[in-house]
Amino acid sequence: MRTAFIEALTDLAGMDQRVTLLVGDLGFGVVEGFARKYPDQFLNMGVAEQNMTGVAAGLALSGRVVFTYSIANFPTIRCLEQIRNDVCYHRANVKIVAVGGGYAYGPLGMTHHATEDLALMRVLPEMAVVAPGDPVETAAAVWALAAHDGPAYLRLGRAGEAVIHKAPVSFELGKAIQVRDGKDLCLIATGGLLQTALRVADTLAERGLACRVLSMHTVKPLDEHAVLTAARDIGAIATLEEHSIVGGLGSAVAELLAETPGVRATFKRIGLPSRFCSEVGDQDYLRARMGLSDQEILNTLKPLLAC
Amino acid sequence: MGAIDSLPIQDEAGFFEFARSLRIRALDMIYRARSSHIGSCFSMAEILSVLYGGILQLRPGEPDWKERDRLVLSKGHACAILYAALSERGFFPLTWLESFCQNGSRLAGHATHALVPGVEASTGSLGHGLSLGCGMAIAGKWAGSAYRVVCILSDGECDEGSIWEAALFAQHHKLDNLMVIVDYNKIQSLGTVAEVLELAPLAEKWRAFGWTAIEIDGHSVRELRESLGHFPIEMNRPSCVIAHTVKGKGVSFMEHNLLWHYRSPDAEEFARAMHELGVGSVQ
Repeated sequence: MRTAFIEALTDLAGMDQRVTLLVGDLGFGVVEGFARKYPDQFLNMGVAEQNMTGVAAGLALSGRVVFTYSIANFPTIRCLEQIRNDVCYHRANVKIVAVGGGYAYGPLGMTHHATEDLALMRVLPEMAVVAPGDPVETAAAVWALAAHDGPAYLRLGRAGEAVIHKAPVSFELGKAIQVRDGKDLCLIATGGLLQTALRVADTLAERGLACRVLSMHTVKPLDEHAVLTAARDIGAIATLEEHSIVGGLGSAVAELLAETPGVRATFKRIGLPSRFCSEVGDQDYLRARMGLSDQEILNTLKPLLAC
Repeated sequence: MGAIDSLPIQDEAGFFEFARSLRIRALDMIYRARSSHIGSCFSMAEILSVLYGGILQLRPGEPDWKERDRLVLSKGHACAILYAALSERGFFPLTWLESFCQNGSRLAGHATHALVPGVEASTGSLGHGLSLGCGMAIAGKWAGSAYRVVCILSDGECDEGSIWEAALFAQHHKLDNLMVIVDYNKIQSLGTVAEVLELAPLAEKWRAFGWTAIEIDGHSVRELRESLGHFPIEMNRPSCVIAHTVKGKGVSFMEHNLLWHYRSPDAEEFARAMHELGVGSVQ
């Protein structure tokens, strides 16, 4: 996703001189090409995320379309108040980009686990929240966010994720992409767990159960139509996210289902328990330890499939 | 009609009269609202008088004019006197001032851009304004625009690490279209600056961060006009004006007094303060 992001942003910057990239002294081997090509559209802000975000807002209020870039929680939680006051309240055209969503930087420890970011960004007024499911969605998201006038958060994995969409996709902010259809269960995934959702759906298919799989790349604004349609057509929904069970995609879907009259669907949030992970291991290892192995997901889904 | 009949103000007396008018309006607003921070407003009355009376290039009828000078009041708690200055300059009707902090008003108790023409940025949490100003300044440089950016900081605000992040940035990028004015009134929220978290030597700190810093009497119209009128102080460097001021300046019993960071005047104090400000002789 990281590669898809920087390639798309570099193309974009060549077409639109307002597009400006600010990095918090991170992005070795990623951002140098952009910096060389577009020196008047690039700033390395140093290790200073609060200032990076405030400067981004000041630039945006002066006509620029600004992307801030860092890893894990540094471009979000470290400077949360600058995002709230300077970016969101001013409706500044700033797109916050974090590489390393979830446990992408697993072995580096708790500081580098981005597991509450979706919730914290989602709660902010004016903020759009996007977590693409693969490199194809990532590239499309960059273009869509540049065209979107206002604050946004783009959560990426790291480099090397599998390409899910073998053909170009129709990508629209706030509109889920249906990757496959089925009548027994709807799996709604955001971010890198799209691939997990498809694997789980494959396993269930072997057991004669057909899943609809939605890539909910935009957590906010939520595609309410896609969720409610699944509730009506299928009646069993599970959300999948590499994020705390509190406040992310699962919460957004739960809020919608609970408040919509006449909806009867069994529902399960699948995500990370709300506790810190002190274990050491790579992304797959930590996912498994925290309940996101394929087998554990299948176990969790059993009650929904019995209905 | 406000205190200023024509702009720019030409003589020292005119600037002092504008500053006096701003104090009177801010005091009236804060008294009506039973609000705080009159001391923080009074310490920067002459600073705003000189900026809005002559230095800043603005179009009140066109607040979003691209080439306008930008003023970011980073010490957003002192917004009453900023609103007074904007109103006097014609950005919005003087009658709005009466609604300060009231239910349904446009004028909140910390600087708020949303409904108020002329307010560049919403502030109130300290340590945000200079980064915003840096972004505006480098955008101006990149665009080849001639506009200037002025950020007014409080002294207590310089406790915030984000100020020094921004200070590093501004010198690194040689933002000579950016000026900081520190309203150095020596009193912060729970005590004097010396008691809470000493800043001295403040000018040396800014110089060590690569800025051209000068120290002036922040109530001297002459010194303010000289320093703010020569912008940048030095080419290729951001400018810092340490304005030595007096908290509560202009009303004897408020001067140098921590109490007036918070206290809202009662009727008797309001009358005495207005008397000291010579009310009766303005409009």
